Amino acid sequence: MKSAKPIAAPLEYTRRTSLRVWVGGVLVFLYTPLLALMIFSFNNSKYAVVWKGFSLQHYIKFFHDEDLMIAFGNSLTIAFFSTIVSLVLGVISGVLMWRFRFPLKGVVEGALSLPIVVPEICMGVAMLIFFNKLEFADDYYWPFSLMTIILAHITFSFPFVTVVIRARLTSFNRELEEGAKDLGASEFQIFKDILVPHLTPAIVAGALLAFTLSLDDFVITFFTAPPDAITFPVKIYSMLRFSVTPEVNAASTILIVLTVFLTAIALRIQSRNQISAH
Amino acid sequence: MTILQKPFIQFRNITKKYGAIKAVDSVTLDIYEQEFFCLLGPSGCGKTTLMRMLAGFEVPTEGQILLDGMDVSNIPPNKRPINMVFQSYAVFPHMTVFDNVAYGLKVTGAAKADIHTKVTEALSLVQLSGFEDRKPDQMSGGQRQRVALARALVKKPKVLLLDEPLSALDAKLRDQMRLELVKLQEQVGITFIMVTHDQDEALSMASRIAVINKGVVAQISTPRDLYEQPSSRFVADFIGSVNVFEGKLHIDEPSHAAVVTPDMPGPIYMDHGVTGPEDGQVWAAIRPEKIMIEKAAETNTKAPDAPEGHNTATGTIQAIAYLGDLSLYEVRLDSGKIIKVTRPNLGRWDAQDLTWDDKVSMTWEACSPVVLLS
Repeated sequence: MKSAKPIAAPLEYTRRTSLRVWVGGVLVFLYTPLLALMIFSFNNSKYAVVWKGFSLQHYIKFFHDEDLMIAFGNSLTIAFFSTIVSLVLGVISGVLMWRFRFPLKGVVEGALSLPIVVPEICMGVAMLIFFNKLEFADDYYWPFSLMTIILAHITFSFPFVTVVIRARLTSFNRELEEGAKDLGASEFQIFKDILVPHLTPAIVAGALLAFTLSLDDFVITFFTAPPDAITFPVKIYSMLRFSVTPEVNAASTILIVLTVFLTAIALRIQSRNQISAH
Repeated sequence: MTILQKPFIQFRNITKKYGAIKAVDSVTLDIYEQEFFCLLGPSGCGKTTLMRMLAGFEVPTEGQILLDGMDVSNIPPNKRPINMVFQSYAVFPHMTVFDNVAYGLKVTGAAKADIHTKVTEALSLVQLSGFEDRKPDQMSGGQRQRVALARALVKKPKVLLLDEPLSALDAKLRDQMRLELVKLQEQVGITFIMVTHDQDEALSMASRIAVINKGVVAQISTPRDLYEQPSSRFVADFIGSVNVFEGKLHIDEPSHAAVVTPDMPGPIYMDHGVTGPEDGQVWAAIRPEKIMIEKAAETNTKAPDAPEGHNTATGTIQAIAYLGDLSLYEVRLDSGKIIKVTRPNLGRWDAQDLTWDDKVSMTWEACSPVVLLS
């Protein structure tokens, strides 16, 4: 007698062939373009579409392209400053929301998360108008020439940091704070010695999140960049306007690898802090 | 118990309101130096609020708290010479045991060498020498509690507060910690104030207990007096278990008294006077272990030291709980009232002696009943 196939329990969706096929299809649909892009970045050809063999020439070219390198440097600089300021604002606003009750708290909370949901294009246009109205000078020396972009990036990054910080704060035992106070610690000492160590994983995760958000951003940057400041994603876009060269593939691959790597670290730290919070 | 000192901690007409709700209602309470004092009451009675006001985490709505004669109402918790062991212990998870204990000294700027000596001393006091470099997550609940104790004691506070100190420990460890905490208190000579809802804990550890009910002090006494001379039905019932009979004060002489109750065939007689309302409603309380129970005899059982027909009753066993050291019997009296009686199992086979539906007779000594006026 043929042994009966074990029957799938009602919620064991992963054991149903139809659903497996569906999930597989979704994954193929999502990742084929990315994979193709990465594979063709190693193509030994001037053109992006026909495979002619493996080569690193586009990467070499990429690292020797001065314009690209400047754009890359700009992106890193913007991401760096935007991350620092986002962290400070994010931690402060996260702790504020958790620690205090004040009038219109709900409104402030909503306003804080607005940049997360507002369409980027609207935000970009709004910023463009805003900076124009302020008559923000565009003839500063580097890195002050990047100021408008940095300010814009801070605006949409720090609410994400706030969210991460607040999530971590829910696992904070208030008796630790009282315990420290009982032992003679001042408010600042409590913040420094008790709260910040508890928040460290969220601070690291928030920083990586802010960094990748800034590094990736195209739309808002496009609207807020002064004429001669160009960032990496914007540069890639401008290269595409002439033709899709394998160099663009190489640049994109580097950007993808960098973001995936940083996001993976952020997620890893977050999942670890969820375990240690118990 | 003779305490002739002046009070060390005084709660004077302390009231704490949360909106319209009075969590603590005009409490006046004196605690003396070197006492092991306990605030006992059901959850939500205001005992924790009282303690937190003493620690400084809550501010009284009205009244004053004096510590050693000084009003502490306006001193923030980090400036009070009072330390607390929290219910969750609140041991800092990211610090080693040494750093946890040293924290209270560091934040107030003590010298490094001094910190080392004091921390080592405190850790040996709670028997945690050698655990300096451990992290809290590598320790058991009992050990974390010791860290919390050492961390508080190292500050040499005038008062140590313990918030439900044993509630998170398992039964065996709890029994052991009870004795250890009492010993520790004797050793360091600091006033301990403990909050608990567990009457056994309070009776076995405290030198004096304040029973709190609905924000008001129901009674302050030594454990023995609280058990043997409760002042109200609430206290009698909250501390241990008790049989209460509603009745009227029939005789009330300085040397003896008797309560007549419809639940009993004869009056409940006691060998002490009660200054109660003549013919007014009172309650007579008798603890289950003070009632002697035996199989009903042919002749009527007579109580040893009461007039004929007093302090005796008959009934039928309705339920039995065998507890090992004791057996608990639920007896339905002939009047229909159900009472509890316990009997120690002195001999190995004693428990087999009485069984369901047995007719039993009960007596008690004249010193056993207590009259409650409220």
